[in-house]
Amino acid sequence: MRLPDVAPKGVALRNANDYHYVAPTPLPPPLTVSMRRIAFALLLAAFAAAPALASDDTFSLVIRDHRFEPAELVVPVGVKIKLVVENRDATPEEFESHELNREKMIAGKSSATIWIGPLKPGRYPYVGEFNEKTARGVIVAR
Amino acid sequence: MFATAVIVFREVLEAALIVGIVAAATRTIPGRSRWLAAGIAAGLVGSAVVALGTERIAGLASGMGQELFNAAVLGIAVVMLAWHNLWMSSHGAALAADARGVGNAIRDGRRECSVLLVVVGLAVLREGAETVLFLYGIAASEGTASMSMLAGGTAGIVAGAAVGWFVYAGLLRIPLRWFFTATGVLVLFLAAGMASQAARFLVQADVLPSLASPLWDTSGLLPQASVAGTLLHSLVGYDARPAGMQLIFYGAVLIAIAAGMVWASKTGVRPRQKEAAS
Repeated sequence: MRLPDVAPKGVALRNANDYHYVAPTPLPPPLTVSMRRIAFALLLAAFAAAPALASDDTFSLVIRDHRFEPAELVVPVGVKIKLVVENRDATPEEFESHELNREKMIAGKSSATIWIGPLKPGRYPYVGEFNEKTARGVIVAR
Repeated sequence: MFATAVIVFREVLEAALIVGIVAAATRTIPGRSRWLAAGIAAGLVGSAVVALGTERIAGLASGMGQELFNAAVLGIAVVMLAWHNLWMSSHGAALAADARGVGNAIRDGRRECSVLLVVVGLAVLREGAETVLFLYGIAASEGTASMSMLAGGTAGIVAGAAVGWFVYAGLLRIPLRWFFTATGVLVLFLAAGMASQAARFLVQADVLPSLASPLWDTSGLLPQASVAGTLLHSLVGYDARPAGMQLIFYGAVLIAIAAGMVWASKTGVRPRQKEAAS
C-alpha cells in the first residue's frame, strides 16, 4: 500500500458562493501510528480471507433428463468448493440455491463452474429452476 | 402451465419493478415515454442476443463469463441510477416547480433520458435473457405440452408487467411535495441492492472473497423465495443469507449516493442560475 507523503499544494477549505479560501501549504497530517496499524490490520484481514482461493476442491454434478446426479453430494466443511455442473440435456437449466446464495444459467449440452462455500456443516438444497419438479438435489457439508 | 407462469413472473417482476420506479421518477421529464419504450425495446432485443450467446458468454474468463457479465451489467446500472439521483437532486426542484421553459427542460433532460434508457434496457436485458432461455427450452423440448406452457409464460409476462404498472400508478399518487424524495429514496435502495447483487456474482466467480458466507441467516424469519422476500429483494436488495462482501458493497453505494444527493441538492441548479450560465 502506498500512502501519499506530500500534501497537495492547495486545498480548498471553504467553498461558499462569495469567495474561495485556498490554504497555502501543507495540510493533512501524516497518518498517525494507530491509523497505520488499523490499515495494516485490515490488509492482513483481507489476506486472511484469501487462502480459500488456493485450495481447489472440485466436485461434479450431471444434469440428465432434468435430474441432478448425484442427488446428494457430500463436500468438506470450511473450504471453497469448485462445483462443475454438466448439463447433458439439450435444454438450458438454471442452478439455483437460496441456501447457497447462488444462481447460474447452464446452457444445453454444456458445463458450468460454480464456486461455493466455504460452508458450515449442514444441508444445502438446490434446484434446477426451469424443471423444479424433478431437478432437485442437496449438497451436504460435513 | 401454472408453474411456467410463476417462473416467468419471477423473472419479469424485477425488471418490471425497475421500469415502474424509473418511469415514475422521471415523470416530469418531457419525452421520457419514448425513451422508456426505446429502452424496453433495446432490452428485449439485447436479451435475445444474450440468450443466444449464453454458452459463449459462459465460456469467457475461464468459465466465469456469466458472473462477470452480470456484475458488469449491474455495475453500469448502479452508476446510471446514481447519476439519475444526482441529476434529480440538482434539477428536481426546478422541474417540479416547472419554472423553466419546456425547451430548456428538453435540452437538459436529453442526457438524463439516455441514462434512463440504459437503466431500463439493462434491467430488461438481464431478466429477459433468462426468460427467453427458459421459454426456448420449453418450446424446444416437449411437443404438445409446450403450447400450454407458452401460454403460461405469456400469463407470467403479463402479470409481471401488471405489477410494474401498479407500482408506477401507485407512485404517481404520491403528492408532488414528497414525490421526488420518495422516488429518490426508492432509486437509492434499488441501486444499493443491485450493488449487493453484483458483489454476489463477483464472490460466486471467486474474484472477491465472501468475507463471511453467510453473514447472517434470516431465511427462517423471511424466506427469500416468499412473496415478501422476492419483492424486498427486488426493491431494496433483501438477501436472507448475504455474504459479508455484499453488505460492504451495499453500504458503500448507499452512503456514496446519499452523500452525492445531499451535495447535489446544495449546489443544485436553480432556474435563474442555469439560464445565466448557458
